[in-house]
Order: sequence, then C-alpha cells, then structure tokens
Amino acid sequence: MKRRDILRAGLAAPLAAALPGRASAMPMPMRGTGDLGIVIERATGSVLVIDTTQMDILGRIGGLGDLSHASAVFSRDERYAYVFGRDGGLTMLDLLEMKIARRIIQGGNSIGGAISDDGRLVAVSNYKPGGVKVFHAATLEQVADIPAKWAGGLSKTVGLADAPGRKFLFSLFEAGEIWMADFAHGNKPRVIKIGKAGKWPYDGLIAQGGRIYIAGLFGEDGMAKVDLWQEPLKVERILDGYGRGEKKLPVYKMPHLEGWTEAAGAFFFPAVGHHEVLVMDGRTWQLTGKIPVHGQPVFVMARPDGRHVWVNFAHPLNDTVQVIDTMSRKVIKTFTPGPAVLHMEFTPRGEQVWVSVRDKNQINIYDTHSLELLRTLEAKAPSGIFLTARAHKIGL
Amino acid sequence: MKFPARKILGPGLLLALAGGLALAGSGWAGAAQPDAARVKALIHLVRQDCGSCHGMTLKGGLGKPLLPQNLAGRDTEALAEIILDGIPDTPMPPWRTELSRADALWIARKLKEGFPHETP
Repeated sequence: MKRRDILRAGLAAPLAAALPGRASAMPMPMRGTGDLGIVIERATGSVLVIDTTQMDILGRIGGLGDLSHASAVFSRDERYAYVFGRDGGLTMLDLLEMKIARRIIQGGNSIGGAISDDGRLVAVSNYKPGGVKVFHAATLEQVADIPAKWAGGLSKTVGLADAPGRKFLFSLFEAGEIWMADFAHGNKPRVIKIGKAGKWPYDGLIAQGGRIYIAGLFGEDGMAKVDLWQEPLKVERILDGYGRGEKKLPVYKMPHLEGWTEAAGAFFFPAVGHHEVLVMDGRTWQLTGKIPVHGQPVFVMARPDGRHVWVNFAHPLNDTVQVIDTMSRKVIKTFTPGPAVLHMEFTPRGEQVWVSVRDKNQINIYDTHSLELLRTLEAKAPSGIFLTARAHKIGL
Repeated sequence: MKFPARKILGPGLLLALAGGLALAGSGWAGAAQPDAARVKALIHLVRQDCGSCHGMTLKGGLGKPLLPQNLAGRDTEALAEIILDGIPDTPMPPWRTELSRADALWIARKLKEGFPHETP
C-alpha cells in the first residue's frame, strides 16, 4: 500500500516540479532520506523538510504545537523524525509523505528526547511533570513513566541521552542527580539512581562512542562524569573549579552540550558564564586550554572530521559565529550571519554546515572548507536544524 | 537655554505621568513609558530571550512560569527589581545593562496583565 502510494507520487513528480514555487506537503518521488533533515520554525509550530544535496527546502509541515524549545531524533530507517516540543507534544513526522504520522501530548512541558539503540523506544525528558516518559517508537503508545522523585517533589529532567544496550541516561536539575533507565530486559525499566552530579545539571551527553555520560553543571564550575564500562556505576567530578578566580558573568542563555565531539584528542565545550571555549584532554579529563571567544558559547560543535569547531553565542552577542582550528586552538574565522544565530548542523561528512539565523528568518549554508557562504534559504524564525544522519549516532 | 516643560517632556511622557498617577500605589509613578519602537523590542526580548528559560509562551521552562496567574500576588515594582538585578544564587541574571527601570516596570506590568504577543 505504502509502496504504491510512493510510486504514484513518483509519477506525479514531474508535474509538481513544473509548478512555480516549492511543493508543500506533497508526497515525494521514490527516494532515499539520507540527505534529508528538518528545521524547526520556532514561532509558527512548523518544520521545514530540507535536502542537503539540493541545498533546498522541500516543504513545510505545520501543526506541531509550541516549538519554542524543540529538538528531534530519527528512526533508524531515517524516514521518520520524532519532534519534542515545549508543550509536551511528541510528533512523529513522515519525511517522505511530508506529513504528521502520529502526534501525542505526553506531558505539560518538555525539553528533549532520545531514541534507543534498537530504534524501538523513544524517551522524552519532561520539566512538568518532572521525569522521563518512554514510548513505542512505532505507535507512540506509552511504555514507561519514570517520575524524577526527590526530596523536593518532582525534579525537572535534562540531558536525556541514549546509551548502548537500550539504556537512557538523564540528569535531574533541582535534585542534582544522574539516573539511568535500563530497558535491556524488556519494557519494564530498571531505574538506577547513579549518584549526585552537583548543583543544577543543565545538559548531558554521551561521549566516546557510548562509554561516557557527562553532565554540565550550571550552579558550579565543574562537570559530572559516569563511566558506563565501570561497575558499580558512579558519578565522578571532573574539571572542578575551572573558572576559579575569574568573575562569572550573568548567563542569558543556557549552553548546550550537544555536538561535543572529541576533536583532535580533546573535547571542546562551552564555559558557563565566561567568554571561553574550554578544552579538555580526552584521556586524563584535565583542562588543557581555554580559548577566548566572542561571547558566552551556546553550541560548540565539532565538524565531523574534528579539524574545526564552530561556536555560536548567547544573547546579546548572538549575531556571530566563530570557527576554531583544533590544531592551533585559535579562532580562524568570525562570521556575522545576523541577529540570533540559534543552531548549527553539519552534513554527515561535514562538508556543509547549516546555520539558523532566527531574527533574519534565514538559514545560511556554508562550505566548511572554504568557509564561504554557499546559499541562504528563507525560514520563519528558524531554530534547531536536525539531519537524518543523527539516526545512526549514539547519545544525541 | 530655556524650554517649556511640556516640550521637554513631550506628550508621551505626560501621558505616562498621568497614567502613573492612577497607578501610584504600584510604584509606577514617575517612570517614562517606552515608545512604540521600544515596546516592540521589549516584546521581542521577553518572548525570545526571557523565553529561553521561561518559555516563549511564558508558561515556564527551567525558569518559573510568568503568566498572570503566577504573578497575581506579586508587586510590580518588586518584579521590576528582579528583572533589573536578577536573583543571586539562581540562574536568573540581571538585565540592568540592557533594560532601563522604565523598561523593567513596563515588562513587569505587562506580565501581570498578560504579556502581548509579537506582531510580524
């Protein structure tokens, strides 16, 4: 049935291509999805479906609710995107048919999600009610509800990431703890409270191919690390007092840890409250450098080959993007794409980067080797950009 | 140089002062109203940048919800102080470098009334 629909769409394609303007919500001709992705349109509850080979927008899908803070993961066949919206909406998009496949409101206020390594479970991190809910990826039926109970009630959860073996790691903002939900033995999780991370973990990520979970702390200078290869699991503190002796600036936007790839043997990541990108050795977990940058970093994203990292910044210095060379550890290029640069996403092999410029209603596409602007596309208040290649990465 | 007071203050400010008298109890008196362009910028700032933590719809995120029902018992002036100075030992930063007292009072008052939406 599905295949016939796609074939039919394929026959109709030449007609669609002949129409002026871009097709919207029209099924695509038979094609793969490895070069597709989505751009969140923050203010209008819509997403754009993009094609990084054509460097173009294929269509727009609306009706996704409040996307003021939204992120997405992809099914392992790269056909479906799961979009996590601020209003607790979990929307499954069909990128080929360019429509909403399923949509539920699973919570009151959510922050992000993850998909299990086997592609069968989608987990959502909620602020309200504080905790994590887990759903069947195919049907969006609820599998598990994990309230983040602590002494103060329910804690907001952040930094949700998938780990190998049907596991999800996450951090509790108020409680300052790191937990794991282990679905290795079926759909009833074993919930392990690994330990105390520190004051106000704000985000977390999986590093080193699934071995390490790291939570960044907002309330103190330092980070919390869990080595998933060590039994029993425990939280270790790293980089304690990395900003010692420096005056911390007010923070107008929480940084993110996503894109914290190991580059040239080191990790590059945002300092909280400082105009610096920090460099940590990937073996000793010691701070080995501080790179002065334009403002407080929000995203510090390594190009997939690790040679460069691209950095955007918090309000009010958020009109700028800088590129750091990981060999010299110096800023080699400063762009000013326009007001409110919110996100950056590299193509799978890193030859292009797509940059959202919210207040210019624009997406900029750069060649990451020549550092030249290749193309601009119109979008309505674009924020997150997510490409289907994420389907095959652990811990996003 | 001498100018008549009315010319210096301008009609907008006089209106604000007149409005301030009616709101004297909430400490609004004496603060200038931001002009139309400033109001547009403030709405954008609150929706987008305060929205980073409080949510673009202001129903809360990592930061507290800022809807009228959440602020019903709060004094406008006290809210403006929080906006300007932040809350020490919490993630709420001071906005004094970007906002005047009049801006902060306007934001506090509008939050209590129901904050306006951005118009394209």
